[in-house]
Amino acid sequence: MCLGIPGRIMEIKGETATADVAGTRKEISLRLLDGAGVGDFVIIHAGFAIEKLDTARALETLKLIEEITRP
Amino acid sequence: MKYIDEFRARKGAQAIIGRIREVSKKPVNIMEICGTHTHSISRYGIREALPPTIRLISGPGCPVCVTSASDINRIIEFSRSREDAIIATFGDMMRVPGSASTLQEQRAKGGDIRVVYSPLGALELARANPEREVVLYAVGFETTAPTVAATIMSAKEEGLKNLSVLSLHKLTPPAMRALLDAGEVRIDGFIAPGHVTAIIGALAYEFLSTDYHSPCVVAGADRRASRHTDARNPARRGPVRNRDRI
Repeated sequence: MCLGIPGRIMEIKGETATADVAGTRKEISLRLLDGAGVGDFVIIHAGFAIEKLDTARALETLKLIEEITRP
Repeated sequence: MKYIDEFRARKGAQAIIGRIREVSKKPVNIMEICGTHTHSISRYGIREALPPTIRLISGPGCPVCVTSASDINRIIEFSRSREDAIIATFGDMMRVPGSASTLQEQRAKGGDIRVVYSPLGALELARANPEREVVLYAVGFETTAPTVAATIMSAKEEGLKNLSVLSLHKLTPPAMRALLDAGEVRIDGFIAPGHVTAIIGALAYEFLSTDYHSPCVVAGADRRASRHTDARNPARRGPVRNRDRI
């Protein structure tokens, strides 16, 4: 039950959004999250967006993985 | 950036495991807090990939597993005594046993028990059945609690009078503190749950380092790992970077 899945916001109507979750469209609530817009990736838990994903931080982590991969 | 595929980096994972093998000399016990961590560790063979010096211990797990039999008895008894009511529950509570029965058995005996994916499902049930009381069996950690709170706020705004919540939410940091205080298991470090941290923030675990000198890292778990149940299929195992967020 503690699943958080990333989805991309496709459309927003009031506090409700349609998100693309791995190809499936899902209605989600934006009530718990400020500042999420169309095109943003969010973590969805139990029908609610709980966190906006941060591209800069994700790239930073990927860079660290890349660094450690190099011999 | 899809936030999943990029992190399934086999080479990166192999390099990290290689480095761990090089530097790991003394035995350490690391506890993962979340049941989804445990699932991913098993599914991807992480325990076997690590050197024998590193022992992974499964922690408090999930709110479903730690729901007491008495709380399960309570909702089953409620369902028996109030045939007019609808009980809304997350699917994974259905088969968790109380002292003598499960919600699934109670449903088979005629209890009106509905599985919802989101607390908002209970809100829809309440709207659609204004003559009946809908009880949301609200089990969860910090991640789920605000979704239930937001549902209660929506019910209030709409003026719905027939939605109740049996709140069985629990907190994770006190469980970690209790484990350390009990002193029965030596824990050298923690892997903290990503989804809980999205709500309470990483500072909630600061006491681990200040009070117990225990390091802690926040990690999510791979989405695919928790959505599929073919963990025993060795063909699908393989080391991956085990996070999809942070």
